Amino acid sequence: MGNKKLVYLGIAIFLVIVTLPFWFNRGKAAPAPELVLTAKAKEAKECVRSKEYMAKDHMRVLDKWRHAVVRNAERIYVNPQGKEYAMSLSNTCLDCHSNKAEFCDRCHNYASVRPYCWDCHIDNPKETK
Amino acid sequence: MERSRRDILKLFGISALALSTGPVLDAFAAEEAEHGAAAEPYVKMGDKALKAQQWAMVVDTRKFKSEEDFTPLIDACHKIHNVPSLPIKRQEIKWIWTAPYHNAFPMSPMKFVNEKLEHTPLLVLCNHCENPPCVRACPTNATFKNPDNGIVMMDFHRCIGCRFCMAACPFGARSFNFRDPRPFINPAEQNKQFPTRTKGVVEKCSFCAERLAVGQLPACVEASDGKLVFGDLYDPESKVRELIKTNYTIRRKQALGTEPSVYYIV
Repeated sequence: MGNKKLVYLGIAIFLVIVTLPFWFNRGKAAPAPELVLTAKAKEAKECVRSKEYMAKDHMRVLDKWRHAVVRNAERIYVNPQGKEYAMSLSNTCLDCHSNKAEFCDRCHNYASVRPYCWDCHIDNPKETK
Repeated sequence: MERSRRDILKLFGISALALSTGPVLDAFAAEEAEHGAAAEPYVKMGDKALKAQQWAMVVDTRKFKSEEDFTPLIDACHKIHNVPSLPIKRQEIKWIWTAPYHNAFPMSPMKFVNEKLEHTPLLVLCNHCENPPCVRACPTNATFKNPDNGIVMMDFHRCIGCRFCMAACPFGARSFNFRDPRPFINPAEQNKQFPTRTKGVVEKCSFCAERLAVGQLPACVEASDGKLVFGDLYDPESKVRELIKTNYTIRRKQALGTEPSVYYIV
């Protein structure tokens, strides 16, 4: 046990290396993404559900919509306020939110999720016909 | 006042219970209030949606004279559904296409047939069988028969691309996306209202379920100028039943027992 000093030094270096990522990124937490609403989305004021609900549960809403539309041929969604919407990602959601890069992608990138909705559903802008 | 140890312990117990259940009850109360304030959302069919027990089509082959009679129908369908045109024949995607009589009706007992039939192609598409073998083959339920309208539908989200359905379909009505179809759709003709498909899924005609839902007839029927007739097979008053009643019709590979819903007047 003559090299006690070396052992402690080794442990210290190990701890520094292991915790290096935390030191390196200290105080630099990625800021929450800022979403840009299109003029159309702003004008509509309210999404099919409340903003908080959509932020948290939009994927569940879409999943239910898909099931209702494809499996049961039910294509109209009536929200708690009694307003009717066509259940269509391509034509209802992406019609207002036609800025994928500034709306969808920002949060998805932040949360590091990679949904493949747009492999099939054509992302807008629809104006450029 | 004299208090026994037992009384003090009881008091502590009751207080602890009150403290711990309070927040839970509050949470329940809050949830109830939230539910009470707004009605539950629900889903329904559109008011204009066309309904039938089993959608069916009658193809009046007498009205198809040449190739030019087919192209507008095929184009109408393939354009609105973003069907890609792939240059390699074996990767071809098709929802509605033409086939010679001998291929469309290979079990026909006739050795010699009417010359017109022999030389004019026939319009073929998914038959939306009443007893669809593709549905039985699908391991993920991605293809299924809608019990309300008889349409054999595809849920592309669920398709794993195993192609059992393609092997099971006796009509070759299904196409597989061997590659990403996006680059093969003319951007100028792309229909942005309708999704494309992705690599690795099977696709086919859907009897324009998305159009029926808003009260429109299928695109091919609309473009056919009366050569195709669409309606409910189980409505005795429907136009298809009328035509089947007054004309001699045949169905493809009837002997297989899949009960196709596309009838041909020959």
